[in-house]
Amino acid sequence: MTLEIGSALTIGLILGTVIGVAAMLIWVERRLLGFWQDRLGPNRVGPFGLFQVVADMIKIFTKEDWTPPFADKFSFVLAPAIIMTVILLSFAVVPFAPNLGIVDSNIGVLFVLAMASLGAYSVMLGGLSSDNKYALLGSLRAAAQMVSYEVFMGISLLGVVALSGSFNLREIVLAQEDMWYVLPQFVGFVIFLIAGVAESHRLPFDIPEAEQEICAGYHTEYSGMKFGMFFVGEYLGLVLISSLITVLFFGGWYGPAFLPPVFWFAIKAFAFIAFFILLRAAIPRPRYDQLMSYGWLFLLPLSLINLLVTGAIILNSQ
Amino acid sequence: MLKLIQDTLISQVVTLWTVFRHLFVKTDTVEYPDEQPYMFPRWRGRIILSRDPDGEERCVACNLCAVACPVDCIALQKAEKDDGRWYPEFFRINFSRCIMCGFCEEACPTHAIQLTPDFEMAEYKRQDMVWEKQDLLIDGTGKYHDYNFYRVAGMSIKDKDKGEALNEAKPIDVRSLMP
Repeated sequence: MTLEIGSALTIGLILGTVIGVAAMLIWVERRLLGFWQDRLGPNRVGPFGLFQVVADMIKIFTKEDWTPPFADKFSFVLAPAIIMTVILLSFAVVPFAPNLGIVDSNIGVLFVLAMASLGAYSVMLGGLSSDNKYALLGSLRAAAQMVSYEVFMGISLLGVVALSGSFNLREIVLAQEDMWYVLPQFVGFVIFLIAGVAESHRLPFDIPEAEQEICAGYHTEYSGMKFGMFFVGEYLGLVLISSLITVLFFGGWYGPAFLPPVFWFAIKAFAFIAFFILLRAAIPRPRYDQLMSYGWLFLLPLSLINLLVTGAIILNSQ
Repeated sequence: MLKLIQDTLISQVVTLWTVFRHLFVKTDTVEYPDEQPYMFPRWRGRIILSRDPDGEERCVACNLCAVACPVDCIALQKAEKDDGRWYPEFFRINFSRCIMCGFCEEACPTHAIQLTPDFEMAEYKRQDMVWEKQDLLIDGTGKYHDYNFYRVAGMSIKDKDKGEALNEAKPIDVRSLMP
């Protein structure tokens, strides 16, 4: 048992850490939102309210796990499993540190994008099988939003791929030893950030589950641990997007030598998680058609121009 | 184009920065059971019946508070002492109905009924929220330390009517329009 890429110990460590961090985010998010709204947030359970997560877990595990009689049983149970599975699978290709990772894949970027696309099935099946008008509306919105934002999420990454000459996430990090890609690919970074928010349907782009309009969207009918899986799946998606931004644009584990590489990765990823929570605290939700036209009419051309200019510069410098 | 960037991008960034700065602003939360909030002296909380500076109870059982009460939570019964002074035989406030509006305090001609800053009145049984006279009556004067209704209004005693003594003004005829 050694700490190397793909060993059982590493896999267990990464799986435990990622799920643990996603669960802790329930507390982190509520606390940070509280501070940003001049409140305190949950601080009653344990030191600084840290055990709030434990209390939430106990609550969610002991709740009645009810499947509505009108729901389609098979896909109703399948949907929350899909989102957890695909997002946890995406973590397989993320390089956390030089010797920390699960798979060293040549198609890392493509794998992550493919898994993100499969995540759309989870919300679609969840909404469809619920047989509830709000859930159906939510899953309709989710399908449209995820499919359209996937397009330029991929295109915005092509600049990075072109610069590093590899689809391998580990080699993309290694190529950033001298300069983080956020500088030459700033436009790509911004587009990926926005698409990432839409992809993990976090606020301000939480239109599929917009509470004020369609109660809880696609997970209206879910309760107990099935709802918990959607909930944790959302936080896992947040961790994944933050890790991807760190890997693709902010030099992954690189940083001054006084801290081990994995710490630098964690610090950068947490900074982005905090930024996503700040987005939730500050920016109101756009309308559904605004979101779609913003994506197709503004972000898609912008990402194409970005790819074009990057390609031209690379060709010119050869 | 510049206007568009100003309206979309810059305004979002300014919003984010403004919200972020609130991380360093002191929170407004008062952690209540651990930390007592400052209660203003004229806060309308638990109702008391006060006594005048001589230690006599101020209430003259005029029923004005019970009439003013919008939720009818005050009940009292008039009784009379040997010298003709009125006092409440019982005085009952049902705090499960009381809305702490303070109308009773405004209506009271003798400053007997007063509201205090105390608000911690939760009970497990509804019946425990009905307070009788011995629960309501305090030993002090409440908010008005020197006020004694009969020193202001005068009092008729044997062989002397109101306003007939030395240094006493005639009582005002409230039914007359003349000055």
